[in-house]
Amino acid sequence: MSVEGATITPVRLGGVRGGPAARTLRRDRWWVQPAISAVVLTAFVVYSTWAVFVNKDYYVGAAAHRDLISPFFSPCITASCVAGAHGTFLVITWWHITPALLILGGPLGFRLTCYYYRRAYYRAFWQSPPACAVADAHTRYTGETRFPLIFQNIHRYFFYIGLIFNVILTIDAVMAFRLPGDGGIGVSVGTLVLVVNAVLLWTYSLSCHAARHLCGGHVDAFSKHPVRHRLWRLLTPLNARHMQFAWVSLVFVALTDLYVRLVASGAFTDPKIF
Amino acid sequence: MAAEVVMRVWRGDSSGGAFAEYRLPAQEGEVVLDVVHRIQATQAGDLACRWNCKAGKCGSCSAEINGTPRLMCMTRMDQLPEGPVTVAPMRTFPIIRDLVTDVSFNFEVAKQVPPFAPPPRPEGGYRMAQVDIERGQEFCKCIECFMCQDVCHVIRDHEENKAHYAGPRFFIRFAELEMHPLDTNDRRELLRQREGLGLCNITKCCTEVCPEHIKITDNAIIPLKERVVDAAYDPVAWLGRTILRRRKASPNEAAAHGR
Ligand code: SF4
Ligand code: SF4
Ligand code: FES
Ligand code: FES
Repeated sequence: MSVEGATITPVRLGGVRGGPAARTLRRDRWWVQPAISAVVLTAFVVYSTWAVFVNKDYYVGAAAHRDLISPFFSPCITASCVAGAHGTFLVITWWHITPALLILGGPLGFRLTCYYYRRAYYRAFWQSPPACAVADAHTRYTGETRFPLIFQNIHRYFFYIGLIFNVILTIDAVMAFRLPGDGGIGVSVGTLVLVVNAVLLWTYSLSCHAARHLCGGHVDAFSKHPVRHRLWRLLTPLNARHMQFAWVSLVFVALTDLYVRLVASGAFTDPKIF
Repeated sequence: MAAEVVMRVWRGDSSGGAFAEYRLPAQEGEVVLDVVHRIQATQAGDLACRWNCKAGKCGSCSAEINGTPRLMCMTRMDQLPEGPVTVAPMRTFPIIRDLVTDVSFNFEVAKQVPPFAPPPRPEGGYRMAQVDIERGQEFCKCIECFMCQDVCHVIRDHEENKAHYAGPRFFIRFAELEMHPLDTNDRRELLRQREGLGLCNITKCCTEVCPEHIKITDNAIIPLKERVVDAAYDPVAWLGRTILRRRKASPNEAAAHGR
């Protein structure tokens, strides 16, 4: 039979599928990863909600010869902030509940619309799909084409907001080198914690997919845009590790808050290194 | 090495089917396709399977081995866990017989991709720098095994979406064309409105199964989503376009362009 003589298989959309009507045939422990994601994300949400609403012990001030602020509460811009916490240049007087709530939307929106976290929570919580080749838990599926998920598309604006927070938390880390009344300038464990936290937040932001696009990914002819091409080449290897940066920076933000909280509550004093 | 291999192979067609269990003496260094061939040769001469190169390059032998889409010719038996091995046809496509599925859905989608549309040829021919083609080269590695299409839950679990969804294999094709420095087509509205780019929720299963290790989600789908944001969702970009009076192509224009 010649090629010309061959009959074309008609296209069938629908049609009977092969294999058993089972949710999955996988026998490995595919549920481990979504379970870990669910546990860590839930733990973070519970801890951060608690930390935000107890609304105390978020700042270690001059009385303890330190200048450490929890990342959940920075910038502290309401009149109710404890004395000495940064943010005096802007004071909002009409806000009476916890100051953290006022600024939480920025970092929260950044993480919620992040391409990596989307993958994590679609899998772990929405179960759509829980793992590869494991059936979606929902019968109807419209992806990110409708309200509210269509708003995931504004991620790049949260990226910009995230950068502002990174600058502020970097300033906090620099300020943490001030040890008022304890030699003036120095390094304590708390300083290092804030510095590491700021560095991790930068790695998270700079590895963002939107950043990669905005810096150069949108360009078609790299040869005509050498600077953008270099930037893109710089961010691409970071971007490949975005998942790792996302988890490490998330956990470390909570640990930073915990450290400041323990020192502020007097559980122990922040050890000075030099 | 166990002395015996137990393989459960899906036998059936559009009227139904079931797993059939085959027991064979184990042999050193075999891949799943070898065992399937031995079953054909010794126990079930009518077992249907599709294969061609046995080198992971033709993309014919895709199947679901222990529930995960894999190439039968590249899956070594000694790397699978102990116990019976299940081999089923790809789930997302209609079955023809046994392990053979009708993947023509993919060829229909391929027809919908507006082709490469370079500007008129300048004197002396087109010139391209190496940096300009590097990004697209990754996507040319695709062997069209369609396992990414198979594993993608958008159509795997929701048949109705096939009518308006291109799928990961074609998102990399779209990406390759959209990123091509000589291409003049704008396929972004087409992707958004007709090809279901918004249906993908970037859960990365396509990337997990791709035998060519193409970073489908990171290097094609997410960049395309960002480009669609430029075209349709970013208010600042919209303002810029309005002021500069640049208009984006409608899906019909995009689809018709270059034909
Ligand atoms: S990342 Fe998108 S295209 Fe790939 S399998 Fe998941 S939903 Fe499908
Ligand atoms: S992109 Fe990868 S998984 Fe998809 S058809 Fe091509 S080679 Fe196969
Ligand atoms: S922060 Fe994760 S993709 Fe932007
Ligand atoms: S037979 Fe060609 S890819 Fe397996």
